[in-house]
Amino acid sequence: MRLFVDRAFQVVALAVLCLALMALGALILDVWQDGARRLTWDFLSGFPSRRPENAGIWHALSGSIFVILVTAALAVPVGVAAAIYLEEYGTRSLMAKLIEINIANLAAVPSIIYGLLGLGLFVRGLAMGRSVLAGASTLALLVLPVIILATREALRAVPPSIREASYALGATKWQTVWHQVIPVALPGILTGTILALSRAIGETAPLITIGALTFVAFAPDSIWSPFTVLPIQIFNWVSRPQPAFRANAAAAILVLLALLLTMNAAAIWLRDRYQKKLT
Amino acid sequence: MNSPGQPVRSLAAVAARATRPAADKPAKVRAERLNFYYGDTRALQDISVDIQPNLVTAFIGPSGCGKSTFLRTLNRMNDIIPHTRVEGRVRIDEADIYAPAVDVVALRRRVGMVFQKSNPFPKSIFENIAYGLRINDLAGSRSELAGRVEESLQQAALWDEVKDRLQESALALSGGQQQRLCIARALAVRPEILLMDEPASALDPIATQRIEELIYDLKQAYTIVIVTHNMQQAARVSDFTAFFWLGRLVEYDRTEKIFTNPTEKLTEDYVTGRFG
Repeated sequence: MRLFVDRAFQVVALAVLCLALMALGALILDVWQDGARRLTWDFLSGFPSRRPENAGIWHALSGSIFVILVTAALAVPVGVAAAIYLEEYGTRSLMAKLIEINIANLAAVPSIIYGLLGLGLFVRGLAMGRSVLAGASTLALLVLPVIILATREALRAVPPSIREASYALGATKWQTVWHQVIPVALPGILTGTILALSRAIGETAPLITIGALTFVAFAPDSIWSPFTVLPIQIFNWVSRPQPAFRANAAAAILVLLALLLTMNAAAIWLRDRYQKKLT
Repeated sequence: MNSPGQPVRSLAAVAARATRPAADKPAKVRAERLNFYYGDTRALQDISVDIQPNLVTAFIGPSGCGKSTFLRTLNRMNDIIPHTRVEGRVRIDEADIYAPAVDVVALRRRVGMVFQKSNPFPKSIFENIAYGLRINDLAGSRSELAGRVEESLQQAALWDEVKDRLQESALALSGGQQQRLCIARALAVRPEILLMDEPASALDPIATQRIEELIYDLKQAYTIVIVTHNMQQAARVSDFTAFFWLGRLVEYDRTEKIFTNPTEKLTEDYVTGRFG
């Protein structure tokens, strides 16, 4: 009987996995059928147009990449530093516990709330306007809790024996963290960070809220440029009546998916590379 | 734990006698009425002991008797465990290491430690040894660094086995080699005292023998304190032995006296294997 339950559980788990994979496969297949023929160099390097067959996505693709790079530059140092403080330096006080609960809660706040915050704080309050910087700052706030949580998780997984070994040699706390703890935690930190950023690259709501849904015909050239990103371009195209625009949207979705998969693959590659180096 | 014949008979009296064997030199380490608390639990009670320089002192006793905890008070490794507290004094060369002005980092450089489970850093063999030298600014040049890495590996009797693969990961070494690497790493910063917390308990007999031979060689230059579960090992490697029981120091004397003619009934029961 126990064997039967064991076996049945295995079968059910496999079936659920197949279901999830099939849903994803169907989605990709459907999008592929709609958009594959639009995937040309002209489409990737083109700019928006009233005529669907002339329209391209370079402005949105470069916008997405630019915004995510600035987001990473803002969120990664702050998030990793905050996690190091909380995990290695923060005492187990009531205050620390409150901060901890709040970070976990922030990670679950709907992204549109961050959009409203970004609109009030960055676009209006700090007068950044509808710029790359305002969008990236908003997304940075959005991914910060996720980066902090992932980094803390990675730091916590570092064996205490390594810290002890370092302290016993006369290392200070900072030397121990910098030379021993962070290198061991790095694969985990990188993976968590890239996954957080790949969540940010698919975000639409907060960027619409801060006003990125305007007609932008050029690639951004500075952090003060107005911008648009792929998800918003896709949203824009699917809401048009002409079916040809929907083919464009499908093609843009494929590009966005490719970008996401590339980032995730990079995360896995980095993790494996560092793990190999460590063993 | 099996109950010994007359367990609690004279423990308080024993602790008060403070069991100081005849000393030929001034003590290197001197604990004075040391108490240690994990939260509200008193793990060490009034430990007073003089540890002689350039000799090996073994701490023996059943699990949970406080021998490891006491060892870790000697380089203040317990400081990194939250909710712990120390009362009393530990003096190294007469200076109290728990005095407020003491630099714990500098103290730990003088008092090296080897742990029960070998814990090399996940880096190359060379980097494992070089780390302590780098963080303490002990090597001015590359050649000096390389020289001291070699010297430490020689001292730990590991050099011949690893000299051709210093850049390989330390984790590729065998368990016994890893533990000797950890000893070499501790020696690299030239401590005065070496604390060893059951350094051979996870090793096979041959690797254990090598560590014991190493301890014998190292006492020329270092004051060594070793915690061990293994009474034969204590008898083989140490000059003095301290027997701990339930957070107290029951008896402390020359090793041959502890093992052949102990003063306390409790010690005799333990070393003859009647409990523990």
